[in-house]
Amino acid sequence: MRKAFFPLLLVTSAMFAYAPVVIAHADYESTMGLVQKVMYFHAPSGMVMLISAVVCGVASALYLWKRDPAADRVAIAAAELTALFGLIVLVTGPLWARKAWGVWWVWEARLTMSFVGWLIAVGYLFVRKYGGPGSDKLAAGLAVFGTANVPFIYVSVNIWRTMHPMTTVVPTLQPGMRGAFWFSALTLFMLYGLLLAARVHLERQRTALDQLYLAEED
Amino acid sequence: MMRRLFLVVWLMAGAAVPALAFQPPAAQSEYVPVKDLPPVDQLPAAPLLVAAYSFIWLAAMFYLWTIWRRLGKVETEMRALEQRRSHR
Amino acid sequence: MFVRTALLVLRKDFAIEVKSREILYTTLLFALSCVLVFSIAFVKEGEPLEDAAAGILWIAIEFAGTLALGRTFERERYGETLRALLLAPAPRAAIYVGKMLGIVVLLAVCELLLVPLVALLFRSRLFEEPVLLVALLLTGTVGFAVVGSLFAAMLVRARTRDVMLPILLYPMTVPLMIGGVRGTVALTQTPVDQPSAIMWIVLLLCMDAVFLILALWTFEPLMTE
Repeated sequence: MRKAFFPLLLVTSAMFAYAPVVIAHADYESTMGLVQKVMYFHAPSGMVMLISAVVCGVASALYLWKRDPAADRVAIAAAELTALFGLIVLVTGPLWARKAWGVWWVWEARLTMSFVGWLIAVGYLFVRKYGGPGSDKLAAGLAVFGTANVPFIYVSVNIWRTMHPMTTVVPTLQPGMRGAFWFSALTLFMLYGLLLAARVHLERQRTALDQLYLAEED
Repeated sequence: MMRRLFLVVWLMAGAAVPALAFQPPAAQSEYVPVKDLPPVDQLPAAPLLVAAYSFIWLAAMFYLWTIWRRLGKVETEMRALEQRRSHR
Repeated sequence: MFVRTALLVLRKDFAIEVKSREILYTTLLFALSCVLVFSIAFVKEGEPLEDAAAGILWIAIEFAGTLALGRTFERERYGETLRALLLAPAPRAAIYVGKMLGIVVLLAVCELLLVPLVALLFRSRLFEEPVLLVALLLTGTVGFAVVGSLFAAMLVRARTRDVMLPILLYPMTVPLMIGGVRGTVALTQTPVDQPSAIMWIVLLLCMDAVFLILALWTFEPLMTE
């Protein structure tokens, strides 16, 4: 399993490098033109952020109730990646919005709640780092609350119709755009999986190191 | 347990229902594809697109680098510990 | 047993607070200072900006509430009474509910002063629909207390608890604040936008229920060593 990491990383990097070519061949969107092509990265990053938040929440719940240390490792890895992909969404979105909407930011439901979700992920990381003893459980509790936010972020754009495109956009993509979208999405999902695996490996090594120190003391 | 979970999900759905009463002007629900670019607007889109793409590369590479660096530190410490043990 | 324990914890906190009134007075004064600071930002040529009162009211409640939470649990930590509470043969969730109700009562007393004051200082017609206003304040405050009491209890033994509480609490309470502010704005319109206000009250109620269920679920595993 571990041996597959570097080859897969190479494949993903190649796909990511090739993605602009695929995207360049995709159709333009009639009202937004070239800048709409940010969507091919922005939307999948958003999907990854929400998926990662759910992974973190589920792992945290498992850790809180079953005390499974492996679940805790996955939780912290997923939290870091939620923060990373959240940052990507929050940067690529305004870059698109500046041209498409004329403003960098609008305080509407999805944007505000995504920002909140990102802050909760960062808060999780702060608790893990600066919380002192027992911070792993505190952070797990926070993650469980934060995950309750996720369905709201997803659905908000369908309930409150504002400038942000609705979730119906992705399932109704026409053939000219579908290929590019799912290629970029696949690339980002693979990237997420690889980064998650790497981070969990780091956490496992840290646990092993702690065990070694404990064994040394005996 | 399942009942509580169901209750939470149902309540969250309930929270959505009154909000449905509010419908500001419609946004896009579908993308309309087009083969050729329409007439150019004031802001050039290409720099924004390039910036977005570059940011993702940089962010992902930076994150991978931090993992690699932290892993390096942990493995150095592990090797140091192993050496100390083997010396004893 | 559950309700009795919760009410006992509430009575204990109430009795301690009535004696010294320390947390009440400091929280009130802090809320007043907040309102003063906001008046500098949101008043233009002597006239308050439109709808500023709603935002100022809820932010003052949030900031003062965070302070009250910190102080309440600091008191428990200082007296080492939290451990005693947890060791008591009472359902842990009931202890949490008792503390949460204490915060609600404290904030309610603060709001009794704060709301008329904000209405007066910012010339806001907050009392057009008193019943809806009370419902809005109640649902918002309970939601804040539910989340806040859990986080404050969690952080009691953390080293950086003073700064971590706002960092964790503010993002989580954003939906509640949005509901509160938007609902209050609806109540200060002429004529009063009743359907909006009622919608926000219902939304807040649902959020309160979700947060309360989550808090009751997680309190036990979080407070176990």
